[in-house]
Amino acid sequence: MAVQSSFKNMVLCLLVICFVSSALLAVVYAVTKAPIEAAAAAKTNNAIAQVVPAFDGAPELSQINVAGTDYTYYKVSKDGAVAGYAIMAAATGFSGPVSLMVGITADGIIYNTSVLSQSETPGLGAKCTEPAFADQFRNFNPAEKDLKVKKDGGDVDAITASTITSRAYTKAVQTALDVYRAITTGVQPDGASGASAAGTASDTENNGGQDNE
Amino acid sequence: MSKLQLITKGLVKENPTFVLILGMCPTLATTTSAMNGMGMGLATLFVLVLSNMAISAAAPYIPDKVRIPAYIVIIAAFVTILQFIMQAYTPAMYETLGLFIPLIVVNCIVLGRAEAFANKNSVIDSACDGLGIGLGFTLALTVLGLIREIIGSGSAFGFKFISGDGILVFVLAPGAFLALGYLIVLFRKLTAKK
Amino acid sequence: MEYIIIIISAIFVNNILLSQFLGCCPFLGVSNKLSTAVGMSGAVCFVITLATLVTYLLQYYVLVPLHIEFMQTISFILVIAALVQMVEIVLKKVSPSLYQALGIFLPLITTNCAVLGVALIVVTKEFTFGGEPHMLNLAESIVYAFATSVGFGVAMVLFAGLREQLALNKVPKAFQGIPIALITASILALAFMGFSGLV
Repeated sequence: MAVQSSFKNMVLCLLVICFVSSALLAVVYAVTKAPIEAAAAAKTNNAIAQVVPAFDGAPELSQINVAGTDYTYYKVSKDGAVAGYAIMAAATGFSGPVSLMVGITADGIIYNTSVLSQSETPGLGAKCTEPAFADQFRNFNPAEKDLKVKKDGGDVDAITASTITSRAYTKAVQTALDVYRAITTGVQPDGASGASAAGTASDTENNGGQDNE
Repeated sequence: MSKLQLITKGLVKENPTFVLILGMCPTLATTTSAMNGMGMGLATLFVLVLSNMAISAAAPYIPDKVRIPAYIVIIAAFVTILQFIMQAYTPAMYETLGLFIPLIVVNCIVLGRAEAFANKNSVIDSACDGLGIGLGFTLALTVLGLIREIIGSGSAFGFKFISGDGILVFVLAPGAFLALGYLIVLFRKLTAKK
Repeated sequence: MEYIIIIISAIFVNNILLSQFLGCCPFLGVSNKLSTAVGMSGAVCFVITLATLVTYLLQYYVLVPLHIEFMQTISFILVIAALVQMVEIVLKKVSPSLYQALGIFLPLITTNCAVLGVALIVVTKEFTFGGEPHMLNLAESIVYAFATSVGFGVAMVLFAGLREQLALNKVPKAFQGIPIALITASILALAFMGFSGLV
């Protein structure tokens, strides 16, 4: 090595390297900041466009407090009338939160759902992103069908061997529905479907050996 | 050694996964599908080439005693740059690989190449070395991902060729260990005959 | 109650080695002998818990207030490297016997991805222990880090025990060394899958 390991050299060298790398990072950060935000916004906008009927103008971002938790939602309009709401809701899945964007039309029908993020097991719970499961919630009318998995007496077909994930997905949709009711009527959900239902996904899980999730 | 040899030795003779057995964590964790394996391999390749070049250029000015922390800072800087770029242009892949992108910093392959090769060779040679080792790593991860995807979910690069599920356990943790174990055995058999 | 869930989940259900694949290098590298595996686990346990405490404080009291979260990876790894050095120096002075036991493993720990991995998981991932998804607070983070490293130790010691037995057996040439270790690890991981659904 050409440079001696004297104390001065060592400190100087590390300082220079830290300074140069920090400067480099700051520059790259500044350059990529706009594309990163654009990518995040594009993801949200795609999810919104996917879950609500055709609309004009930009989705209107708001927040609402339901049963002690803040929820983010987007209101979309067509020709001046409210076309629907895209509501972000999450529930506890098998290996982490399952976050959804749930679209509900002005007449209270679930138009479509889209998974924002999930960390469920590939091949099992992760199937909740596939149409075979997710399309059940397309044009789902909560007035006619029961928003629970079949095992719990509802009308939702659970993913094979992934009941916890299916429950979490259903629960998140239910939460979005509660938020929707709170938005449109100002009525807070009753105790049964509010905060207390949060932990039920795991503590009611006791259905024999073949259920992995 | 010619430049071409520098690149090709990483593919077979000094393959980081099958021969040197380095960088096991991302190898096992991100190869749930061929695409994921390839994404992780290319991400590592990017950091490996740039950090090899930077370290090779900076090595003469770095006092011997602080070289490891100095290398780590250089590598970490490139990893963070990679994080920004992936977040901006391939957000879906960034989300899939998740934690394992920042963990490239502690991937022993990257620090290993810096210590074993880059700090005593020219910038161009180091770039070739990084490229070779990176390609070898990418190849290994893609093959492992492909095998696990074919057996585990009955698809290849996302194209499903059977209806229904595969042998799920290959997508889960035990399958990762098993597939890699047998793949190394196969690799040894194939290379021993030559 | 919540802490018990964190502990069981981190040790068994989401075992850091066998289901999250963090820290595989020492897992395969220094698991030949039971005694070294115990030493390594002890050192990792110590460093992970300490590193998580320091990086947690760094994240929430330095990086976030200054809006330089993008320095996360680089500052975390520097802090961990410095911490490992400091632990080494302090141990040498304060407890030479402990240094004897853990000392040789400490330099290896800087590049152990389990340490950086846990530090990053704690400040980036939302957890669902006890109901709604939320970020961990300081106490939960420490408990999680400690439990995770205990999980590392459990897997490490079990695996080393298996490998010690394995060393006495005749293994086909192509399988010797890492491949047979990986296949053993696969079976161990399969066994740990039995814990899933526990919490």
